Amino acid sequence: MSVIKVENLTKHFGNFIAVNNITFQVEKGEIFGFLGVNGAGKTTAMRMLCGLSQPTSGSGTVAGYDIASQSEDVKKHIGYMSQKFALYEDLKVWENMRLYAGIYGVPRSEIPAVIDRMLAALGFESEKNTLVKELPLGWKQKLAFSVSIIHRPEIVFLDEPTGGVDPAARRQFWEFIYKAADEGITVFVTTHYMDEAEYCHRVSIMVDGRIEALDTPARLKQQFSVASMDDVFTKLARKAEGGEQ
Amino acid sequence: MLRYLLEKEFKQFFRNRFLPRLVIALPLIALAVFPLVADMDVKNLSLSVIDSDHSRTSQQMQEKIASSGYFKESGNFADYKSALQSIEKGDADLLLEIPQQFEQSLNRENSGSLMIAANAVNGMQGGLGSAYLSAIIADYNRELIANTQGSAFLPVTAVEVRPLFRFNPNLSYRVFMIPALIAMMLVMICGFLPALNIVSEKENGTIEQVNVTPVSKFTFILSKLIPYWVIGFVVATLCIFTAFVFYGMFPTGSVLPLYIFIAVFVLGFSGFGLVVSNYAKNIQQAIFVMFFFVITLIFISGLYTPFKNMPAWMQMLGNASPLKYFIQVLRMTYLKSATFAEMQHLFYPLCALAVFFNSWAVLSYWKKSA
Repeated sequence: MSVIKVENLTKHFGNFIAVNNITFQVEKGEIFGFLGVNGAGKTTAMRMLCGLSQPTSGSGTVAGYDIASQSEDVKKHIGYMSQKFALYEDLKVWENMRLYAGIYGVPRSEIPAVIDRMLAALGFESEKNTLVKELPLGWKQKLAFSVSIIHRPEIVFLDEPTGGVDPAARRQFWEFIYKAADEGITVFVTTHYMDEAEYCHRVSIMVDGRIEALDTPARLKQQFSVASMDDVFTKLARKAEGGEQ
Repeated sequence: MLRYLLEKEFKQFFRNRFLPRLVIALPLIALAVFPLVADMDVKNLSLSVIDSDHSRTSQQMQEKIASSGYFKESGNFADYKSALQSIEKGDADLLLEIPQQFEQSLNRENSGSLMIAANAVNGMQGGLGSAYLSAIIADYNRELIANTQGSAFLPVTAVEVRPLFRFNPNLSYRVFMIPALIAMMLVMICGFLPALNIVSEKENGTIEQVNVTPVSKFTFILSKLIPYWVIGFVVATLCIFTAFVFYGMFPTGSVLPLYIFIAVFVLGFSGFGLVVSNYAKNIQQAIFVMFFFVITLIFISGLYTPFKNMPAWMQMLGNASPLKYFIQVLRMTYLKSATFAEMQHLFYPLCALAVFFNSWAVLSYWKKSA
């Protein structure tokens, strides 16, 4: 069953085409890697799927709702973690959790239990009353991830969740992602760390607004006759450079 | 949902090092100090005197002028030319020339002439100063007549105009200023803070996380509006309290209608601040746009200058300013003991503007970019 279906999705900013006619589907329970260099159009595409940006043309559904006309319904069924840390730095850890639990309609009586459960899952019990701005970046990212799935969404969109995070914290972060996927949450994740691409069930590689490749990491390596996702990526990126000349 | 958003707004407000202090300190300082500073009453004028008469009358007249409290003598000059120089140098604001044989001519011919000259670089000060001086001299003239009653040179009584000033008998400028300052404080705090609020969430990126939730536009704007509404009551109360403690000014009318108007005004003006915040791309833009509108509104709403002095087209514009109605309410409550019924005609436009700006704030808040 596809939870994300996108057909010919396009986004123009004036004369610039950020996302050019992309078509793909994401299946329920999948970890879908959305790869591409900076400026390839990953974030723009993701923002359209989350109902933060209106598509110029094309169509798509997320969790069964149309992204152009039913974006507020889409928002009830998704979680989102933006590239830039977007929780309130002047609120404490538990206050951010309480706010988003409340916004997503978690009943008031259940909120304290939800917060305790999240703190335990993150190993954050001692930081419950810490102001978010005092947390190190890796911790902030983990907190942002757990807040984005506080309401058990069908799909969670993660925009470069491990950007600027040290390798140990990145590995831990991916453990969280797997755990969420085990619980049935579909994960749509952008990254430009190719080792992370290997962790995904399927990946798409975006180059200059288009999807140039889409398959499992194993088959992509086979298709390009290379040993690692890094090489797949390099080949496609080089092709893009050639195209620009 | 609203509950959690409000909790968040209040926590952020009280956790801010600066904002709660600003909300308390600004109204206190403004209402305690500004009425002293921004005083347009014409006082302490420097007067140069050319007394060529050196008579008892000329002496008495100068004493009378000095005792009025409006003038201080900046010097006695031998001739008109040197006295005029003192004006040119800026040492004196006015000069009074008492010619030779002034007393004699008063006694013999029952008339005498004096000359007053005023520095009119500040037109209002020049005009009022010379008017005050003439009034004092006229007063002295009456005393002179009274003292010499029955004597041969009793002059013909002229028609005398004695104005009685209603509502502000001493024409004190403070009475005019304090309501304007209260309105200013509400505009500054309840207009600027909301204008900075949404746009700073845009700058911090936190608005993205909210926009991707199913929170409705209406709930979101309400969560931004209510805190400033509450703050508005605090600011207004502080202002009223300070004006009373420092200047003994308290609304002569009932306070309840005043608070009803404060509620509607703050709601409307904060709504306007939110509209600005919605359109602004960054804090800088929001600040400058607010400055532009606030300064314009202050001038076209009759805060410091009479509304009716403006050209008709400007008055039309002024009618769209919530500040115009609110300042009238403040002055009517402070000076005229106005009841709600007497101010009802100001209530409806204020309500309409509050609905207008807040609907606009909801409509101009986009969870989705084009």
